[in-house]
Amino acid sequence: MLRYLPYLCSGVLFGFVLIKSEAASWYRIQEMFHFQSFHMYGILLSAILTAFVSIQLIRRHARGQSLDGQAIEIPSKLPGRGSYIFGGLIFGFGWGLVGLCPGPVFALVGTGSMGAMVVLAGALQGTWLYGALKQHLPH
Amino acid sequence: MDWLTRPWPWYVAGPIIGLMVPLMLFIGNRSFGISNNLRHLCAITQPGKVDVEFFRYDWKEHVWSLVFVTGTGLGGYLAGVVFADPNPVQLAQATQDMLLSWGFLLPADSLVPDELFGASVRNFTFLFACGVLVGFGTRYAGGCTSGHAITGLSTLQLPSLYAVLGIFTGGLLASWFFMPHMLIG
Repeated sequence: MLRYLPYLCSGVLFGFVLIKSEAASWYRIQEMFHFQSFHMYGILLSAILTAFVSIQLIRRHARGQSLDGQAIEIPSKLPGRGSYIFGGLIFGFGWGLVGLCPGPVFALVGTGSMGAMVVLAGALQGTWLYGALKQHLPH
Repeated sequence: MDWLTRPWPWYVAGPIIGLMVPLMLFIGNRSFGISNNLRHLCAITQPGKVDVEFFRYDWKEHVWSLVFVTGTGLGGYLAGVVFADPNPVQLAQATQDMLLSWGFLLPADSLVPDELFGASVRNFTFLFACGVLVGFGTRYAGGCTSGHAITGLSTLQLPSLYAVLGIFTGGLLASWFFMPHMLIG
């Protein structure tokens, strides 16, 4: 069980930041989609930049091993286009309405928000629906 | 200890979020992404009688990820309840004007508007339906903001760029053409 502790701590930090940065706020998401503030773009761009730079550092300097001794490798997404665009459109449409993507849903559920719990229940239903319909969808 | 209750600027929050990618790789060679957990939760609870192939895999391989989102909920509790910010979300003036024109009140003591998240049959139907779109869309696209926009773009993966373009287009459509009419026709 102890080996899961680093994941738990990282998750706590992630949830804390999502609330403190108000990335889990419906208001901030509307502000973002209407280009009225740099705040959310700043979060996303600096997150991408930080991840990009640290991955370059890991590749060059680290021995390329994780704490538990595995060789670090970055898995490639499956090739394709349609499923990424269609899926993205559907998810994005939901995000623009409800103002919460999956990370913030979990963070907001932690604050005790009943509404966020309903969104999570819906997201599980939607995931299940995808699983059931998968072979009938264009990919 | 003021910094624990106040909101954090983007240049503090963004880098911490970005660090999750190398952190997951460094801890256990894992790829950072949140929406996979929705699949794991379905796999765990799939009843024996309904057998959907998409959920037939060994979810125990992914316990780390479920532990991570459990932490995310805990972090949400700490930041939103224990160290709650007493002040309302500070929005741009243009956003405040826009919200008022949509028939919303300005933010008060919550990150989400009571007009959409307050307990009512209408609201919960709306929230559930949005959740279905989020769950369906993220699985169809194979990731969400974390897995595609952050992990995918920072590792220069073309599929993630397609996904992000789709996500942003969908968000713009919803936010520009549907949200303004949600409360008032």
